Amino acid sequence: MRSIRAAAVGAVTLSLALAATACGGGSATGGGSNDSPKTLTYWASNQGASIEADKKVLRPELDKFEQRTGIKVELEVVPWSDLLNRILTATTSGQGPDVLNIGNTWSASLQATGALLPWDEKNFAAIGGRDRFAETALGSTGAQGKDPAAVPLYSMAYALYYNKKIFAEAGVSKPPATWAELVEAGKKIKAKGKSPLGAEGSNLSENIHHVFVFAKQHGADFFTADGKPDFTNPKVVDAVKSYVGLMAEDKVIPAGDAEYAQNQSVSDFAKGKQAMLLWQTASANLKSQGMSQDAYGIAPVPVISGAPGAGTQVNSPVMGINMAVFKNTDNLDGAKEFVKFMTSDEEQKILNKAYSAIPPVKSAQADPAFAAPDTAVLKNTLATSAAALPQVPSESQFETTVGTAVKELFADAAAGRPVTAGSVEAKLRKAQQQMPAA
Amino acid sequence: MTTTAFKEPVRQAPSGVAARAPRRPGRLRRLSLPYLLLLPALLLELLVHLVPMVIGVVMSFKELTQFYIRDWGTAPWSGLGNYQVSVDFDAPVGEALLHSFLVTVGFTLLSVGLCWLIGTAAAVFMQDTFRGRGLLRALFLVPYALPVYTAVITWVFMFQHDNGLVNHVLHDQLHLTDKPSFWLIGDNSFYALLTVSVWKGWPFAFLIVTAGLQNIPKELYEAAALDGAGTWQRIRRITLPSLRPVNQVLVLVLFLWTFNDFNTPYVLFGKSAPEAADLVSVHIYQSSFVTWNFGTGSAMSVLLLLFLLVVTGGYLLLTSRGRRAADV
Repeated sequence: MRSIRAAAVGAVTLSLALAATACGGGSATGGGSNDSPKTLTYWASNQGASIEADKKVLRPELDKFEQRTGIKVELEVVPWSDLLNRILTATTSGQGPDVLNIGNTWSASLQATGALLPWDEKNFAAIGGRDRFAETALGSTGAQGKDPAAVPLYSMAYALYYNKKIFAEAGVSKPPATWAELVEAGKKIKAKGKSPLGAEGSNLSENIHHVFVFAKQHGADFFTADGKPDFTNPKVVDAVKSYVGLMAEDKVIPAGDAEYAQNQSVSDFAKGKQAMLLWQTASANLKSQGMSQDAYGIAPVPVISGAPGAGTQVNSPVMGINMAVFKNTDNLDGAKEFVKFMTSDEEQKILNKAYSAIPPVKSAQADPAFAAPDTAVLKNTLATSAAALPQVPSESQFETTVGTAVKELFADAAAGRPVTAGSVEAKLRKAQQQMPAA
Repeated sequence: MTTTAFKEPVRQAPSGVAARAPRRPGRLRRLSLPYLLLLPALLLELLVHLVPMVIGVVMSFKELTQFYIRDWGTAPWSGLGNYQVSVDFDAPVGEALLHSFLVTVGFTLLSVGLCWLIGTAAAVFMQDTFRGRGLLRALFLVPYALPVYTAVITWVFMFQHDNGLVNHVLHDQLHLTDKPSFWLIGDNSFYALLTVSVWKGWPFAFLIVTAGLQNIPKELYEAAALDGAGTWQRIRRITLPSLRPVNQVLVLVLFLWTFNDFNTPYVLFGKSAPEAADLVSVHIYQSSFVTWNFGTGSAMSVLLLLFLLVVTGGYLLLTSRGRRAADV
């Protein structure tokens, strides 16, 4: 009987404890505070070859920050596959990091949630002023006319990576500057039994980056000037058809790449199975896969005709990582201090070198390390021929719906079904209908 | 040693009751105790299952898009708007949901049918003792024991177009196809999904049916054998009718698991499944997480819940009526 009594008491206690915890929690949606000035939580995106590699790069810098300010930074490197979901969850629950990295293309979408600290003049002044940053990089920090939702941290651009040995064997003397030249080179390379160009047909973001550039080159945009989706615009249809056509008609992208989504095309290139790769800042990645730097060359991404530039000569999206502060942080001043540290000239040089990226901070770009031939191509692209992806709140839905449409078109091409203007238009129409009414 | 330890509390108990009993009427106490003991489980159930479900239902009546997720309270009520969007089968969202629903129904019927058939067949074959039976049984259960993610990722490797084992066997060795097939994109993805689902699900059917077979008295088979019944007749007249109650539960559980399965399609295909294998669970995930519209996603979830409730209720009603009739 005594034990039954004990069990009953235990049961009641447990119930009360459960009820108490259920009532606890709740979301903190208020503004920021300075309640815990000695610690910061930082979510870094995965920039290097692995999570561990990133920790090795970042830890010494965070220790340096702690020595100078006494603020301890807890680091978590979040893989790309999880990052956006984690940010959404943090936004919904109010339980998130103080400072975090975001893909710069998400800026406008995340800005719309209102969870990120807006960088107005006052906040910019706290980190040294807005004009320290390159204007192209600032173009991908949120919707036009609003205070940026984040500040640029690393800048990246697409380039054409080519295998020098395969090019020499196939008798291709210089990297192709136009798509027609690329297709021509592809034929020679195929004759030697290698695959010409790689793609990640099932990776929605990669698809978006490429069709965005193709659309620019065809003189079209996926969104109208007032931010409405315009996917079925004949020029957009033509652009998407041309990109998928690299597999469907020109056969320079092998059919197998239609199911790639885990950077298999980078491995194919690093292993010397494939002659060309269109990728953003691939050097660090290729090095980690054992490809030596003198085995490949870097050239600007081809255009339809002429040389890369503005307008229809755009050959890369402005890629990059932005750094944002969660509005409800409990260490607002510390968070800004940390952003200031990470965007200082010294840290910009160290970190961008480690990740083979270009510093968005103008004064750091002058470092000779960023004038090496490989980074020079990226730097030049960013400065002269890169354009920001649409800065609209529905950008992340656009990536999903149009990215999926391109994935399905690649699947058609791989299965040997024709990819026509009609079939492209049908997929894009479906994608547009799935977009939220703005 | 054991006897004293066992007897002692029995001897002590009456005195303990006598000392404390008068404080409260014994009957009330006896009645309240079970409820008291159930309380933690009940609260946990409330916390883990019911509260999220209720929140989900509430969300389905709100316009919970990216503009409001930071503070749900400010999201405007949309009434039945999310439901209207979900079931408007002429518009793209409803049409896609209907397509996904039909794919899921077809997939579930095939998968449950195959799981049950293979599982039952294997269990019946393993009914008689023979050398290596234990080993085979253990081997059959391996897919069920493996962690889902690991197992499905292995299948992804096997289904790859360029270097996958499946194409190597079907195309390179057996020359069954003109060219290597795509399994993870396009129309074949349905068969890839079905294969993995059946591979993963049938050991459970096997396990349950094996357990059910233990309860069939041997005498029935012996009597049938004496009456000259063949193997097939014995299976049809004795094994299957005896397994009826087991099968009822088994089919229901398999149905619910398969219909709701998220892990298998998600690991196989990622965030956007090919149209041919667009199961409703991943479809709802995509409708809420990927497009950041949690209101519509919740409405779809509630519709799915209602559908499963109706199916389960109808199934239980039908089968229990059948059983009652059989008992009479």
